[in-house]
Amino acid sequence: MRYACLIYYNPKVLFDQSPASQSVLAQCAGHDDVLKASGHFVSAEALELPESAMTVQVRDGKMSTVDGPFIETKEMLGGFIVIDALDLNEAVRIAAGIPQARLGSVEVRPVVDFSGAPPIL
Amino acid sequence: VSPPSAHAALEAAYRTDRRRVRATLIRLLGGFDAADEALHDAFAAAAEQWPRVGVPENPYAWLVSAGHYKTIDRWRCQARLEAALPELALLAEVSVEQDLTETIEDDELRLIFICCHPALPPDARIALCLREVCGLTTEEIARAYLVPAPTIAQRIVRAKARIRDAAIPYEVPPPHALPARLDSVLQVVYLIFNEGYAATQGPDLMREALCEQAIRLGRLLVQLVHEPDVLGLLALMLLHRSRRAARVDAAGDLVLLEQQDRSAWDHEPIAEARGLIDRAFASRRVGTYVLQAAIAAVHAEAPTFAETDWARIVALYDDLLRADASPVVALNRAVAVSMQHGPAVGLASVEAVLAQGGLDTYALAHTARADMQRRLGLVEPARASYRAAIEMTQQPAERRLLQARLAQLGPA
Repeated sequence: MRYACLIYYNPKVLFDQSPASQSVLAQCAGHDDVLKASGHFVSAEALELPESAMTVQVRDGKMSTVDGPFIETKEMLGGFIVIDALDLNEAVRIAAGIPQARLGSVEVRPVVDFSGAPPIL
Repeated sequence: VSPPSAHAALEAAYRTDRRRVRATLIRLLGGFDAADEALHDAFAAAAEQWPRVGVPENPYAWLVSAGHYKTIDRWRCQARLEAALPELALLAEVSVEQDLTETIEDDELRLIFICCHPALPPDARIALCLREVCGLTTEEIARAYLVPAPTIAQRIVRAKARIRDAAIPYEVPPPHALPARLDSVLQVVYLIFNEGYAATQGPDLMREALCEQAIRLGRLLVQLVHEPDVLGLLALMLLHRSRRAARVDAAGDLVLLEQQDRSAWDHEPIAEARGLIDRAFASRRVGTYVLQAAIAAVHAEAPTFAETDWARIVALYDDLLRADASPVVALNRAVAVSMQHGPAVGLASVEAVLAQGGLDTYALAHTARADMQRRLGLVEPARASYRAAIEMTQQPAERRLLQARLAQLGPA
């Protein structure tokens, strides 16, 4: 099964130049290769900070855009890694190895398998 | 060796050896997570090397030592080298090649004992056992138990943290501790079986898979532990399952033992169970699972309900009561007494059991009382007893059965 590991962190913590954050950043650079070597890697992207983002909405056929979101909350979505894992527990174990998990948090979300029925809420 | 056969060998090794390789790696590396990584590394190395240099004579040993050395390498490379030094020294001392084949079975048994450790909450034991011993995925366990996958994932994560933090040793318990620890193992296996067996609602095959997994575990335990109750538990599960086809009718309603079509019972597992029970009795150390299996076997071997050997069943319940003086066992004995000596004697026995307390909210106690009252023509008391039973029953098929019984008594 595929799982998206959504990586959240506080940029003020990740880029504070401390030894802890330097070590995390150094390991991030090679982490895709670690996952490729173990066969778990599907895809991954890091995201620019939210200052460079635009938010789009379409209501009644009209589009509106706003800048941002801006960094107000402590942690923000900073990137994602899609992995192939046996089950949720293996995905959690792999997510725990993502270096940013040591400073921020990683949300593990199963990727939808469209062969099933949509959820009833 | 040509590449296609290396590929086939790898697939075969993945199918048949993966669990045992993992169980051994858990022992060698001292933890689940390290073993999972090592297992992954070992198969990755095999995929790379077997097509080039050929399939090893003993894939299990090859995979264990590949996973073991890859892990040592990794720990050496990692920045936490210093922190890992004592572990590393320990690992280097372990010679992987030494008597590997003799410890395979022990490794599997150790894994079962650690997953069923009494220090873990019961639902965590079940989840851990299904995932780590039976190889079900978190999602499959969640579907079988009708709970969200993160609930199961969390149980497993917490259980592993608990095993690590409490430094629960990865070992087969010493002889003096074996009976108590084995009880916990048997209980987990039986709970897994019952979860699958009690569910008559819904066509979800995962529930039936739970019964199959429990029986698989039972067979594994029979090979690994030479205790009569292990034989008894496997026999008990085989006997229950042999009635599967006759237990529910086309409409999904429960069919009571008395009305079941005995030709629909599966006679092969009944014969197998009889063999197991005889072996257990021959040991002269007969425990609760053996006695329960022996009772189920008397039912399974009776050609008709009327020809059931009730005297034998009551005698077996007497033995069971001595081993396990629980009100539920006493109630079942009372029901057997009613079959042997009629509803009047039976009702007196049921009332005596109920008077001792402990069964006030147990639906089957009220059902048993209601059935005897009905057979004695005590319509009003029977009606009240059925109503009490219905109130305590959640399972839809069981509720329908009780409501039908109530309706048979005529209008109030």
